[in-house]
Amino acid sequence: MDTLILAAEGPVNPVLPHTSEIILGLVAFLLLLFVVKKFVSPRFEALYEERTAKIEGGIEKAEQAQAEAQRALEQYKEQLSEARAEAARIRDDARAEGLQIVEELREQAQAESARIVAQGQHQLDAQRAQIVAELRADLGRTAVELASKVVGESLEDESRRRGTVDRFLNELDAVAAPASK
Amino acid sequence: MTKLLASGGEFVAPGVKDFFLPPIFGSVTKPMVLLVLSIVIIAVFFIVATRNLKVVPGKFQFAAESLYDFGRNNIAREQIGGKDFKPFIPLILTIFCFVLVNNLFGLIPIVQFPTMSHIGFPLAVSLFVVYPVYHFVGFKRHGFVGYLKHQTVPPGAPWFVLPLLIPIEFFQKFILNPLTLAIRVFAAMFAGHLLLLVFTLAGEFLLLNGGITVIVAPVSFAFAIALTFLEALIMCLQAYIFALLSASYIGMALAEEH
Repeated sequence: MDTLILAAEGPVNPVLPHTSEIILGLVAFLLLLFVVKKFVSPRFEALYEERTAKIEGGIEKAEQAQAEAQRALEQYKEQLSEARAEAARIRDDARAEGLQIVEELREQAQAESARIVAQGQHQLDAQRAQIVAELRADLGRTAVELASKVVGESLEDESRRRGTVDRFLNELDAVAAPASK
Repeated sequence: MTKLLASGGEFVAPGVKDFFLPPIFGSVTKPMVLLVLSIVIIAVFFIVATRNLKVVPGKFQFAAESLYDFGRNNIAREQIGGKDFKPFIPLILTIFCFVLVNNLFGLIPIVQFPTMSHIGFPLAVSLFVVYPVYHFVGFKRHGFVGYLKHQTVPPGAPWFVLPLLIPIEFFQKFILNPLTLAIRVFAAMFAGHLLLLVFTLAGEFLLLNGGITVIVAPVSFAFAIALTFLEALIMCLQAYIFALLSASYIGMALAEEH
């Protein structure tokens, strides 16, 4: 500083400021500062805010969309696996049901056949009994007629006659029974 | 320059008098007109650029934004810190543009005078704007005694050097800083312009008045052109330094620790 002052030995000392220049410089600067502060800076700052908001909003939106897509994908996957499980379950059920139906049908058929067989047997038995009874009666009568013809005498005593025939038939049965067994 | 041509056979080296040309009219001088012109240029530029700002900038808006960002992010935020820098953006931006345009006047044809080579102008900004601002925010932040202590007592200094340190720090922070801030840009502009004058006028003199020395004239002009490029760099650099140091003083005044 000192050397500068010493060096300035002209008619005007350049190191000594002019009051008018200081005042003008100050006023001009403050005017410019006012303009910048009032108009320029707020506009730029507002722009930056807006830009930041836009970029952040965009990023947020993208993230949201991505999350949404992810969620939808997971949902679909879940639904798909559910559907698969459901299908498998239905298939299993159907198979089990089929088996059951077959089993039931078989049982029914068996029961039916057993019933039919039993009925047949029953009928056979009944018919046989009937036939036996008829035959017995027939045979008795025929035998008595035959005997009365052979003997030539009328066997008046009914109770005696029946007893004789029955005894005979029973004897016959007793002979036939072991043979049939 | 035409005035110097009239001096005839004797080469008169340019000097201080070339910086104090007679007033254009009344007491209005060339630097005064240039100064007013500079603030009109800057204000119009920014107002036009910011009139219709778009989120996706055009070329012109991008240029204005780059300039604004430079003041905002590279200078203000770097020096003052992300917490406090917002209110000082207009100040730092204005300082940078103001000094830059007034410096660049030294290169623009016809204008060709760096306004800041008159010490009154940078002094007005440093002494009457930057200096009160940074001390004011410092006192406001730390309180009167707190700020004095904050500015003059470097932390970690051993107690026995404090009697020496405190006056030095006080002298620097409260007296020297605004002066050096102004003198730095003033001296650079003054010297730069003087250098350009010397080489240009010497070339002119050699070309018109010299005998055999005419052949040296192109060398002188070449130097003038080379120095013009150097000056362009220095002009931008000085504007940057002025803004940077202003921001730095504010940052230091506001800082919790040194």
